[in-house]
Amino acid sequence: MTTTETSSSESANADFTPVTDWATDFDHADPQYNRNAHEIWAELRGTCPVAHSDRYGGTWLPTTHEYVREIAYDTENFTSRAVIVEKMIPPDPAPIGGAPPITSDPPFHIEARKLLLPPFAPKKIELWEPEVRTLCRGLLDSMMADVAAGKTIDAAADYAKRIPVNVISRMLGFPLADEDLFLEFVHDVLEGIDDAPEVRFVKIERLIQYIVAQIEDHVENPRDDLTSYLMGVELFGEKLSVEHIGGSIILLLIAGIDTTWSAIGSSLWHLANNPDDLARLVADPSLIPTAVEEFLRAYAPVTMARLVAKDHDFHGCPMKVDDWVLLPFPAANLDPAVFPDADKVLIDRAENRHSAFGLGIHRCLGSNLARLELTIAIEEFIDRFPSFTLGGTEDDVTWSVGQIRGPRELPVQVLAK
Amino acid sequence: MILMRIHVDAEKCQGHNRCYALAPELFDVDDYGNAVVIGDGSVPAELEDRARLALANCPEFAITISE
Repeated sequence: MTTTETSSSESANADFTPVTDWATDFDHADPQYNRNAHEIWAELRGTCPVAHSDRYGGTWLPTTHEYVREIAYDTENFTSRAVIVEKMIPPDPAPIGGAPPITSDPPFHIEARKLLLPPFAPKKIELWEPEVRTLCRGLLDSMMADVAAGKTIDAAADYAKRIPVNVISRMLGFPLADEDLFLEFVHDVLEGIDDAPEVRFVKIERLIQYIVAQIEDHVENPRDDLTSYLMGVELFGEKLSVEHIGGSIILLLIAGIDTTWSAIGSSLWHLANNPDDLARLVADPSLIPTAVEEFLRAYAPVTMARLVAKDHDFHGCPMKVDDWVLLPFPAANLDPAVFPDADKVLIDRAENRHSAFGLGIHRCLGSNLARLELTIAIEEFIDRFPSFTLGGTEDDVTWSVGQIRGPRELPVQVLAK
Repeated sequence: MILMRIHVDAEKCQGHNRCYALAPELFDVDDYGNAVVIGDGSVPAELEDRARLALANCPEFAITISE
């Protein structure tokens, strides 16, 4: 395992206490959580469908589809004003929150969301296909020397990770030269959850200052991108505040990168471990869209979070105001009460009502873009490398920590056709 | 002859876009990415399986079929 700052996800803070009981003391910042998530969720679902931990000031973890769905739809008892579980609850109040619309509650939420839906609607996102394909091919080109030399390649760090950061940077009109900085921001926000509050504050402040500088640059040099779009639109008859614009940009930057990177990585990890599935997709690429939905179900990367808004009893659990609630959509997707053969990855699963992009009013704004990137990334990878396997053992694969789950290092050995 | 007819509940639809991807002959999306049925929602016999597939893939249970 390498130990660079952004790729060594499986390293906890020095004062981190490893989890010994997932039902009563779980911690999604424990490196064992994402590595063994499927087993942990399955056990909890059977024995303790809503787990609790005193960590982060009190956190609940429902693991059934029914409960996850119920909470996702319940905007009265649960607020979205903070969606990343951390040690200190952010100060931004409901109903707007710090990164609208993902941190917003009704009735404000839908107004903020409507501003961002059109640029991410299917027919707008389809237009990005040629650029995404060119990007993927370029990344694959840069791996060819290592492949020719018989070396393993890192399909997570050198492929999956590079795709969404490039696309969202272009959409926002941010310098492509800053891509590595964006990856640091993503790491700080999503994987730095176990940081002390003062450390976390400094990291988040660095991100905010960067965004403010980008907004100022767009004031001086308006151009046709999402940043300028956000600066031009009106809400309730007025231009958006800088805080709103900045918060939405943080949402797009953070949510648009780690998530899709994780989905691409998990899908390639599956194919590296399942040569029959790989051969089947190579022989019949028309099956890829169906397989992509199954990868999204089985390896859904995103667990969201809520804060309890009102003291109430949730199926016997005494939930108190400002308790955190994790919403593990990936666990919901693996619930055998809803999905036949839920623990099996069936790449031709035709009926697949999965919730990888969430349920209810906060359905992932970028789902159409994520699907496009994931589908093209798989198409191009297996077209270039029709046969490959894991380049090492599972111990050589590292997984993210926190609410976004996916491989961070994925050694792949390309095989001769 | 009994025609199959599809319906999208606009209150439930959150724009997952599964129906439009699976059955673009039957569903369209508006500028916000939310689903709408094409025409009056009646389904030609040869597309009935597609309509059922779209229903079975909607995460929000927003599609209904009447026959």
